Amino acid sequence: MHSIDRRTSEKLWIVFFIFPAFFVVSVIILLPLFMSLYNSLFNWNQLIRGQFAGLENFRRVFFTEPYRTRFFNALRNNVIWLLMTMLIQNTLGLFIGYLLSRRIWGSEFYKRIIFIPVLFSIVAVGFLWGLYLKPNGLVNSFLKLVGLGQYARAWLGDEKLATTSIILVNIWRWVGFPSLVFLAAIDNVPVDCIEAAMLDGARDSTIFFKVILPLIVPSILIIAVLTIIGSLNVFEQIYTMAGLDGAPNFSTDTIGTLFYRTAFGSIDSGNPEIGIGSAIGVIIYLLTLGASLLSIITMGRKEIEL
Amino acid sequence: MSADYRLKATSPARAFFIALIQFLFVVYAVIIFYPLFNMIVSSFKTTREILRFPFSLPGKLDFGNYRTLWIDKGFSRFFFNSIWITLVSMIFVLFFGSMAAYGVSRYQYRLRTFVYLLFLSGIMLPLKAAIIPLFLLMKNLGFIDKPVSIILIYIAMGLPSTIFILSGFMKTIPKDLEYAARIDGCSDWMIYRRVIMPVVAPAIALVSIYNAVPIWNDFFFPLVFIQNPKWKTLPLGLTTFFGQHSTDWSLLFTALTIAILPVLILYIFMAKYFIKGMTTGAVK
Repeated sequence: MHSIDRRTSEKLWIVFFIFPAFFVVSVIILLPLFMSLYNSLFNWNQLIRGQFAGLENFRRVFFTEPYRTRFFNALRNNVIWLLMTMLIQNTLGLFIGYLLSRRIWGSEFYKRIIFIPVLFSIVAVGFLWGLYLKPNGLVNSFLKLVGLGQYARAWLGDEKLATTSIILVNIWRWVGFPSLVFLAAIDNVPVDCIEAAMLDGARDSTIFFKVILPLIVPSILIIAVLTIIGSLNVFEQIYTMAGLDGAPNFSTDTIGTLFYRTAFGSIDSGNPEIGIGSAIGVIIYLLTLGASLLSIITMGRKEIEL
Repeated sequence: MSADYRLKATSPARAFFIALIQFLFVVYAVIIFYPLFNMIVSSFKTTREILRFPFSLPGKLDFGNYRTLWIDKGFSRFFFNSIWITLVSMIFVLFFGSMAAYGVSRYQYRLRTFVYLLFLSGIMLPLKAAIIPLFLLMKNLGFIDKPVSIILIYIAMGLPSTIFILSGFMKTIPKDLEYAARIDGCSDWMIYRRVIMPVVAPAIALVSIYNAVPIWNDFFFPLVFIQNPKWKTLPLGLTTFFGQHSTDWSLLFTALTIAILPVLILYIFMAKYFIKGMTTGAVK
């Protein structure tokens, strides 16, 4: 009898501890997720839900103009974001992390300063570089100062350059993050492994590729997944440096800005289109989920330990 | 890794290589610092000076721009809003988050893994993609244009990672500590409050920084939910201001300095904790 009482009271305590967080996460994160799925299956008239439409909204996003052109144009830019960030930022981060782990002169100082832009809001960084990249801004002034005036460009006004310029600004802001994650990972590599390799007379490059790299694979995977998720969710960068329409001529448009325009309406699509917007939202969910699952599957063993 | 794994100049070629790397790091430091330095300097110059002499220093230190923005343009209000909204959100994140972490890490029950995975899924789902149902939800609750809308979202945003990190720490605390307290007649609440929480205090500091930075910087949710200037946060206020004064570069640089400098100053004093806090979530 006594033990049953204890078990009941323990159950009540568990509910007491878990309920507040459970409630907030369910209502704000999980419910809207299912509502997005549900809403995407209906026709909408402004904010009023109409008839059940099946997968019609998805069909329109993929196959009907003007959605099709806009969607694949935006998706292409997200892929460019992903590739450039993965190649430039994460490779740079890996080498910075590695060199800092070799305790180069001033490494404690560099360790601290590379993290500074990471803390700034995307909005402030976007507006700051937006001013610097104007035709009469600091970047072009600098090029003229060092005699490279012929390379001065309208960095954000040229369709061919705008996306790349914005990505580079974002790398300026965020490269410190992968750098420090990789530094922490390399610092955790057992000393024995490296010392053994050094005693065998292995070259630095051999140690890096054959000893360090295989041992920090989990961190590389985490950074890769965060990069995928980040690239799918690009929004503020475009909003501040190119505007909601992805100027010039939609060349910097991403799924994030397209989604916002579709959901809340702007010059391009006029009225809010909840059905199409929800469908795009669901697509963002699915792409993110795919990337996350990929990480869980590859990291499976590590997760179970926790 | 041991400290004697430094790069050493064992040959002239290697010495040159190391010197090159050191030089590139100096260049890198300049690329980080100069744009910030130029921003602060430009806030004291006139727009004409900024455009004609972009690299010059200001003639005199005139804080007129700062007075204009802080008082007339409402930046003091945006600043204050950002502070209290971040603070209130964080209090709930830490309170609810640590309770839930206790609930999933210190008890054994059948649904434990399910509850844990449910919380964990929140880390991976991009909340922005659910903005339409969230908007309809807040509209039905009458929360549009009220700070409670974004505070609720920030609490939900912060909880999953907080529960993930804190429960990781709590699992490592020996059960004996808890039994001893139970024999002394402590209730579960007192064990959470008096035994577990003091032990995980250092982790609380990490979690706070890890979550407070994205909340402080968030722009997307105020953009959707807040129109009233009375409740605008710093990133949203900055955006509105840029829309209205796009040609007055002198004021624009001042606005950017107001938005960026406080974080920079805070960071200088607490760099160690910031670095730990931001990397913990990813490495743990």
